[in-house]
Amino acid sequence: MPSVEAAAPAIRKTALNPVHRQMGAKMVEFNGWEMPVEYPSAGGIIAEHNAVRRGVGIFDVSHMGDICFAGPEALAAVQHLSMNDASRLAVGQAQYSALLYPQGTFVDDVVVHRLGEDEYLLVINAGTREKDFNWVRDNSHQFNCKVENLSDDFTQIAIQGPKAVNLLQKLTNADLSAVKFYWVTRGGIVLERGSLRRFLLNTLIARTGYTGEDGFEIYVPSDEATSAWVWNRLLEVGKEFGVVPCGLGARNTLRLEAKLPLYGHEISDTINVWEAGLDRFCKMEKPDFIGRVVLEKAKAEGLKRTLVGLEMVDRGIARDGYRVLGNEGGAVGYVTSGSPAPFLKKNIALAYVPPEFAALGTELKVEIRGQGVKAIVVPTPFYKRPKKL
Amino acid sequence: MTYPADNKYTKEHEWIKANGNNATIGITHHAQDSLGDIVFVDLPKIGSEIASGKPFGSVESVKAVSDLYAPVSGTVTEVNAVLATAPENINKDAHSAWMIKIALKDPAELNSLLSASDYEKFVAEEG
Repeated sequence: MPSVEAAAPAIRKTALNPVHRQMGAKMVEFNGWEMPVEYPSAGGIIAEHNAVRRGVGIFDVSHMGDICFAGPEALAAVQHLSMNDASRLAVGQAQYSALLYPQGTFVDDVVVHRLGEDEYLLVINAGTREKDFNWVRDNSHQFNCKVENLSDDFTQIAIQGPKAVNLLQKLTNADLSAVKFYWVTRGGIVLERGSLRRFLLNTLIARTGYTGEDGFEIYVPSDEATSAWVWNRLLEVGKEFGVVPCGLGARNTLRLEAKLPLYGHEISDTINVWEAGLDRFCKMEKPDFIGRVVLEKAKAEGLKRTLVGLEMVDRGIARDGYRVLGNEGGAVGYVTSGSPAPFLKKNIALAYVPPEFAALGTELKVEIRGQGVKAIVVPTPFYKRPKKL
Repeated sequence: MTYPADNKYTKEHEWIKANGNNATIGITHHAQDSLGDIVFVDLPKIGSEIASGKPFGSVESVKAVSDLYAPVSGTVTEVNAVLATAPENINKDAHSAWMIKIALKDPAELNSLLSASDYEKFVAEEG
């Protein structure tokens, strides 16, 4: 039945939208948000991608959502709703996790941050903000804790790359060398212009990201003036490190090289945890959580399909949704994400195929405009950042 | 950008430069600009027929795949093999990085295409 809510929602904009436009970014719609896909002034997707691999890039990721759990039973609520074991988190620590349906499939993947003794922040995807919040609210009534949607409160900026730490350290009084990967801290962000000097106090700084590099995500107040100020300061102070603004195009190619899943592609409400290969983030030994019962059964039954990495052998680029063909020419699976990999300079893809096609070195074909183009199953992640000496 | 005045253009953003019964085809500066980094070009083989308004190949940027549409009909006589290994040449100079040369089937087909100034107007209106 048609209702008022069924009307097409207006496209949403982040607080940095005017700044992106002013910088000449190409804007696209992504999950209901108008976002920069690339900055021609920064050289475009390939240059942005490689800047993050070799130096540092900054991303507006304010379209991501934030849900806060606070109260005596916050941990119990998070444990019930998510598949990783949040009881292992020390205050100030974060973990990759997911919210599951009872079928063991994905509501969304999330990063759970333990901000205080009884306070947890879940960072969720843009396209699933409302769905996630409703799901979390409807499935946490029984717990004594407050569940708040803080999605509109923050401008979230990701500072990513081997030089991210050097750049951000110039703007904060927090000691970043003491913050390990997947830990958070709070600190002042220095905002200065000319003789004016002020601090943005108590800013949440997480050493997290979605690029396969070291990096940080900072959460600043979402008013336009503060957001623009922080963004511009990062670009100014980062000049000596060759900082570039990056759009969603580079964000996608970076996460693909690092095999980080994207909701609606590698994970969705029809794909379960085992198929997605996220076993190590799903703690079956912890107390009951939504999805667990069916996952146990699915594990006993074995996999019908599994996520593999493909590298194109012959000329051609696999794209999202293309069919994967077996040797007899019939479809055996499909590509979830495919793209040229700007740093690796290869054409790579992630695809779901039955386990018998998943062994490393298996030759498959990807159907590109009616032609089967040769590809090979390769180890993932395609890209792993070099260990620091 | 001023578009070479002796070329004709399509609303699908191809350019064609005719020389008697032969012609050279590529994509416009505007096309490469909106595509972004071009990483792959798929072109027909020498001797294949292309038909006016129908796809004859494709061009891919990091993000997207776009069909190439034949401005006119003809037979492919030459393919720019350099683009297989250096597709970025199209970003550098779309109007010299030609894609294919053809023998025209009917030179009169050229008359229905856009002039440089019409194309410029079309691009401006499209935003």
